[in-house]
Amino acid sequence: MLNDRPSGMHDVTGAVPLRERLVAFVRERWELVALVVCAVAPLVVPALGGALGGQVTTLFIYCILALGLNVMVGYTGLVHLGIAAFFGIGAYVFAILTVPMYPFQMRFVTAAAVSVLATAAIGLALGAPTLRLRGDYLAIVTLGFGEVVKVTLRNLEQITGGMKGLNPVPPPGKGVVIGGTDLGLAFAIDPRWFYYLALAALAVVVVAMRRLEQSRLGRAWVAVREDELAASAMGISATRVKLSAFAMSSAVAGLAGCLYAASLSTTADPNAYDFNRSIMVLCAVILGGLGSIPGTLLGVALLVGFDTVLAPWADAAIQQWNINPSGSSLLSFSGWRLAIFGLALVLVMRYRPEGLVPSRRMAAELHKEHP
Amino acid sequence: MQFFLQQCLIGITNGALVALVALGYTMVYGIIRLINFAHGDLIMLGACLALTLVSAFGLAGGGMVTTWCGVVLLVLLCGLFCGGLNVAVDRIVYRPLRNAPKLAPLVSAIGVSFIFMNIGLFWLGPADRSFPELLPAANLLAGDGLQFTAKDLLVLVVVIPLMVALSLLVKSTRLGKAMRAVSQDPTAAALVGIDVDRVIAFTFFVGGFLGGAASVIYGLYINTISFQMGFQNGLYAFTAAVLGGIGSIPGAVVGGLVIGLVRSLSSAYVGERWTGAIVFVILIVILVFRPEGLLGRGTKEKV
Repeated sequence: MLNDRPSGMHDVTGAVPLRERLVAFVRERWELVALVVCAVAPLVVPALGGALGGQVTTLFIYCILALGLNVMVGYTGLVHLGIAAFFGIGAYVFAILTVPMYPFQMRFVTAAAVSVLATAAIGLALGAPTLRLRGDYLAIVTLGFGEVVKVTLRNLEQITGGMKGLNPVPPPGKGVVIGGTDLGLAFAIDPRWFYYLALAALAVVVVAMRRLEQSRLGRAWVAVREDELAASAMGISATRVKLSAFAMSSAVAGLAGCLYAASLSTTADPNAYDFNRSIMVLCAVILGGLGSIPGTLLGVALLVGFDTVLAPWADAAIQQWNINPSGSSLLSFSGWRLAIFGLALVLVMRYRPEGLVPSRRMAAELHKEHP
Repeated sequence: MQFFLQQCLIGITNGALVALVALGYTMVYGIIRLINFAHGDLIMLGACLALTLVSAFGLAGGGMVTTWCGVVLLVLLCGLFCGGLNVAVDRIVYRPLRNAPKLAPLVSAIGVSFIFMNIGLFWLGPADRSFPELLPAANLLAGDGLQFTAKDLLVLVVVIPLMVALSLLVKSTRLGKAMRAVSQDPTAAALVGIDVDRVIAFTFFVGGFLGGAASVIYGLYINTISFQMGFQNGLYAFTAAVLGGIGSIPGAVVGGLVIGLVRSLSSAYVGERWTGAIVFVILIVILVFRPEGLLGRGTKEKV
């Protein structure tokens, strides 16, 4: 869908009606359009200066996390069931480097860079010995690693603060004074600062992913996904390619973790980085479309939207119409949350395994007649 | 020394239970190469049914003979329930995906596990539920040394015959032979006249039946069930299956016993809260150095 750009002929003759050209423009440059809409929104919608702004910031952060996961699951075809562990590692390393409890107290950018590198290094350390495993074994190793990380974060109380987590994580730019205002204070008061920070990070990640997709490395990822043996016969080192996917995935998840800890000003408790989180992100990538950037973003928006918009709205509606006077969970909408997610996964896999906004290559691969 | 032996005994009993669940994973994986993520939650539903039945028939008040007969009946009913449910899921969800890419059934299984969990949530409510103590806690061994109660006995009394029956079924019956054939090569099995779909359905039934039996024993042995129990227990059992060599039936039993011992010993000597981490570190180490598991055979990747 994304690649059927209009041919140059139309542009030259100018005979195409305006509306059609507009649609073509949006299709072709959807990232730019979305970016502009998101950038203008806080200036137009005052609610984004309140709690809603924080929610949308979290949405952006999950989008980054999902794009990171997409490198492994979408491009390279390796099932990863522990992405939340890397999200958590990013958040905790960032917190350790910035909270007053520790002597480091680095600036935001330095701390973020260090924690992204550290997360990538941990990804490499896990990936190096395990990548020769078969697909489903690798899935289990990542799942097990996720549990190990969660248990470790919870139990090493002296280092990670146990169930309380590490806080307070200072806002970015603390102590930096621009035009008489402390930047850190501005971040702390107005959620729109974080909104723009997360949006900028997301934009950078989307552009980087788009470039990677078309690069030599990105094509090698896809080649390994489609047929590892054939790819290695063509001179691609499957192990190196998979390792790089693992590291890239971890690094992007680590970045998301930094932003998460900074925007909440705490790492939250280790349960924020458990298997459920990994699975939800995986669901988002799969629902949206494996290996597809717009699909991944849409998938996250749908899942987060379900939890923060649709479910509360439907619950409130049920309450208002007084359908459920006894308060039974059977009659509340959010009581069905898991079943709805589960059913969505089953149905998508059955009828549209390439996802809602598929990448063309994935769709072709999933619908070929003879494997 | 005695403390150590006691922990080993607990480990073996626990491990037998883990092995029973692991068999469900390993059989399904052996035959269609699917990690059945929903298996743990299937067992959770079995435990829900067991609790409902125990409460409905008031088994808790009966005498010795009533209790043991009731337990056997529970094992049968819950086994049939879980087996039937497993077959239904296979028919509705997995069978249409037989020729789909590998990711599709795996993700569907995660979806099914969510659906099961939601059903469990409605069935049990969000809190932990206690399962009535049907069996006396008296020590069956003489002296005040090792503790071996009726509960431990129950685990062995149910698990060992089931395992013997299973190995007889797989080794010496026609159906078992068909199962082994399908597991080796479904196409060739179909060519020699085996109804592959029926054999797969039967495998799901047997795996589910063992899971249902495990759910009853779990309720009677651990005495607390919740809608979230499936995930953790499923994970341990899956670890056991992989450890033993996934697809291998004796492997699942050995793996289950090892996991049971590791759990009880690490809880006793390192601390309960690290048990989860230790189990998974062992899993990762085993997979790195011996990916085919303890008793499994290696497989070659094909283009």
